[in-house]
Amino acid sequence: MMMDGIEKEISQDRRAFIKKVLGGTIAGSLLLVIPAGAMELSAIPEQIPGMRDDTGTFISKKRKFAFIVDITRCIGCGSCCVADKNEYQVPDGMYRTWVERYVIDDQDNVFVDSPNGGLDGYQEPRKDIEHPVRDTFFVPKLCNMCEHPSCVQVCPVGATYQTDDGFVLVDAKRCVACGYCVQACPYSVRFINPKTKTADKCTWCYHRVRKGLLPACVNVCPVQARKFGDLNDKDSEVYKILHQPHVVSVLKPDMGNKPALHYVGLRREVV
Amino acid sequence: MSPEHGAAVATALTNYVFPNDIHVHWSLMIVLYPYITGIVAGAFIVSSLYHVFGIQSLKPVSRYALVFALAFVAFATAPLLNHLGHPERAMNMMLTPNPTSAMAGFGYIYSAYTIVLILEILFIYRPTLVALKQKATGKMKTLYTILSIGSDNVSEKALKVDHKIIAFLAAIGIPMACTLHGYVGFIFGGVKANPMWATPLMPVIFLLSASVSGIAGIILSYILIKTFTRKFIDMDCVRTLIKFLWGCFILDFVFEMLELFSHAYMATHHWEALKDLYFGPLYQSFWVAQVGIFSLIPFVVLGILSLVKLPDIVVKVLGSVMSFMILIQVILMRWNVVIGGQLMSKSERGHAVFHPLWFEKEGILVSIIIMILPIVFLFLLSKVFPFWLDDDPAVHKQSV
Repeated sequence: MMMDGIEKEISQDRRAFIKKVLGGTIAGSLLLVIPAGAMELSAIPEQIPGMRDDTGTFISKKRKFAFIVDITRCIGCGSCCVADKNEYQVPDGMYRTWVERYVIDDQDNVFVDSPNGGLDGYQEPRKDIEHPVRDTFFVPKLCNMCEHPSCVQVCPVGATYQTDDGFVLVDAKRCVACGYCVQACPYSVRFINPKTKTADKCTWCYHRVRKGLLPACVNVCPVQARKFGDLNDKDSEVYKILHQPHVVSVLKPDMGNKPALHYVGLRREVV
Repeated sequence: MSPEHGAAVATALTNYVFPNDIHVHWSLMIVLYPYITGIVAGAFIVSSLYHVFGIQSLKPVSRYALVFALAFVAFATAPLLNHLGHPERAMNMMLTPNPTSAMAGFGYIYSAYTIVLILEILFIYRPTLVALKQKATGKMKTLYTILSIGSDNVSEKALKVDHKIIAFLAAIGIPMACTLHGYVGFIFGGVKANPMWATPLMPVIFLLSASVSGIAGIILSYILIKTFTRKFIDMDCVRTLIKFLWGCFILDFVFEMLELFSHAYMATHHWEALKDLYFGPLYQSFWVAQVGIFSLIPFVVLGILSLVKLPDIVVKVLGSVMSFMILIQVILMRWNVVIGGQLMSKSERGHAVFHPLWFEKEGILVSIIIMILPIVFLFLLSKVFPFWLDDDPAVHKQSV
């Protein structure tokens, strides 16, 4: 009986998944047909409610954005990493976002890897685990958009800054590439971009969010492991998750950085 | 626990580096930067021991130490500028600084210190510069006119005023030199994300190692220059310098070890990763080189040189060799802190590797060139500022 229920759920999920893939394919094909630039922003449906008016102009008001990663959902497909690399032409070997694979054996040994940042997806299981595996899960990583960001504190020229709506961004026209922010970030989300010779990192797709669109990685996630929204909007999914009983935590809370990136189902083994 | 299981644990702890932590962003240039500023601060302290604290036996090197500091301070920013991705924007650190940045203050502290150093040199050398100007012709005369700030007045009254100014500059110079290098330590010590760097002891260790590198630089160069120019070596001065070197090195080495011991004794979750680092990729450069060879040997030999009356030639040879070893010890310490700290991934589950290349922008060849430049500049400065009192035309008229 129970198995039937699970199977039903899986097949439903599968159907939803196929629908999504088909939808994506059709949307993608349409984009190929429609000449670039002809599409008005207002023609693209708003993904974050209340971000723009009828003319497509950004509505300026107080917002508090949050990003939630549900590690109980992530399947390690790497779509988010691919979307991110495409969105920003991220140089090889540098990662604005990546997905880690955790394997914990029955002796409490923790094995972590992230080959090529998870960009190729995890298609093969790890074969070097000696003992029976107790638990395994994927952890997507990206900028924590701290309320007290170490990178902003240490930047000697103010090139790394915090916007009023809580985004931590880098002004590539001011950055001297001293690398102090790279050292200061407790989460190692920063790198020096060899093309621009400036500090670079995940921006939660600020340019998309300002247009009412979800970050690229959130947009492509097939299992909704990545969620994004405004905590001032009580109807948003992120508000509901953070205001209802869930196992929710942030990375390295003892750093005192107060990340706006939250994890649902975070295990203590994750750093 | 079976040995196989132990091996599995070791792999589990050492196998994962955050993908962005594979790159060591602060390379050889950032090893050289605290090394050079340390030598500057240390040399200034030697000079102040005479000018402020009245250690008479250091008089022979008191002026030379300042010129030596100037030669190095002139190139302190060279590695930094070479390191920056956008050196053309470097001045923004001073024009539009971010007040919360531990790095933004460097430009001001460095500039203020350099100004004090230059002024002190000019005032101490003023009678000499005036005397040299009277002898010189052509371009050198113009240069000496500029350096003596246009004043030929070497009357007793004027020199008394000079003396007051020198005492004042030396007095503010001491805390400034300490601030300069303690602050460089703080740039690392203030990085809370890095458990190897984030210790309040970091500025203390940097300052103490700065003192030893400066004193060692003065001893080595003093003996070498005097030997090669076949001039008299003041052994009382050398012996005093060796005693100071030993004293400072005792503090330096003890604090370096205490810092590591504290980590090991407290054995927080960071220690697992730090232990892997110190006994893994840093084993050779830290335990074998920095501690085993270049700390313990000078520690013992400098002690013997300070406590036992040995023939001059022995003091000269061993003093030079030990000073050279101390200079290597300090650069190894910079390497182990700057590079070592970055090798440990913030995942605290593994470490990266770093091997500098000879021919790259921040490679070994460029590092060697940057370290040679201050020595070349020191040679040029010797043509303008006579290092030693016996070469000084004004020395019989007035002693500084």
